[in-house]
Amino acid sequence: MHELGIANSILEGVAAELGRRPGSRAVRVGVRIGQLAGVDPDALSFGFEALTLDTEFASLKLEVEYVPPRSRCRPCNREFELRNYEVFCPHCGSLDTERISGDELEFKYLELEEESESPQLETKRVASS
Amino acid sequence: MNRVPMEGKVLNENARVAAELRERFQEHRVFVVNLISSPGSGKTTLLEKTLETLPKDTRVAVLTGDLQTENDADRLKRYGFPVKQIVTGGTCHLDARMIEKHIADWKLSELDLLIVENVGNLVCPSSYDLGEAAKIVLLSVTEGEDKPLKYPSIFFKSELMVLTKTDLLPYVPFNTEAAIANARRVHPGMEVVKVSCMAGDGLREWMTWLEQRRQKHLSTLSQPVG
Repeated sequence: MHELGIANSILEGVAAELGRRPGSRAVRVGVRIGQLAGVDPDALSFGFEALTLDTEFASLKLEVEYVPPRSRCRPCNREFELRNYEVFCPHCGSLDTERISGDELEFKYLELEEESESPQLETKRVASS
Repeated sequence: MNRVPMEGKVLNENARVAAELRERFQEHRVFVVNLISSPGSGKTTLLEKTLETLPKDTRVAVLTGDLQTENDADRLKRYGFPVKQIVTGGTCHLDARMIEKHIADWKLSELDLLIVENVGNLVCPSSYDLGEAAKIVLLSVTEGEDKPLKYPSIFFKSELMVLTKTDLLPYVPFNTEAAIANARRVHPGMEVVKVSCMAGDGLREWMTWLEQRRQKHLSTLSQPVG
């Protein structure tokens, strides 16, 4: 479904970030996906693997934090996690609540390695000294 | 190794196109609704009755989606309004790109109402924003009254539930109160309209809801931004 497009967007984001950091290699990318975003975890990791195979990103790992939707209660102004679509406030019981998150698709972090940290280059340095 | 924070959205291509469509619809004050239901719940029939009842000078157009055939568009074209069929081939839902492509040669400034009839599917259409102002879910009385609990996403996201085929109520075990209660568990305050296209019941309520919702939508557009 659309997980392939999302995997592609993640890789584009990584490539853009690497463009700002010459000499770095991406090791792991972290994203946050809301449970209401309609993204299937298996389809996403499958799509990510398929797109990175035999490319410069072949060893890039994807870590996904799936977050439940959150709502805010209008009367008592407290936030709560929305479980099982039960929209009443667990603090005061009111049904007058509004969902404030749950369909996000966001980047969290990128783990980088300096290219000189890679074992291959280390070996070369030792050999030449 | 160095972990750097990354900001920004993972661009969901459909969300991007849908946002553009929404802006265009708002700019031209076109009220767009997205009709979603299981196959066979009565979306096309409800639309036939709608187009039959609307005054002939109503500035309405319809996009109807199916995997194959132009059957639904053929049925709907008989009422004299612009109708286009979206043939998805195999895709189980309409997406924003399909809408964008099929409205390309329509002048949005000449429309007040655009009705999108999605592919019969209670699952996938829920995830694909089409730039609409409201999602509407149909549930027929030949289905189970626990459908809202089984398919919470679409009932959560829809503003109106249309209970269809109510003329069959004497012949099926469907519990209307339970169906409405289930829908309201998932979506408190969910509005409900009960219709029978065959008997003509509830059509006035449906048309009234549509027009009132359109007016409400237009009034939000008139408010200053920020």
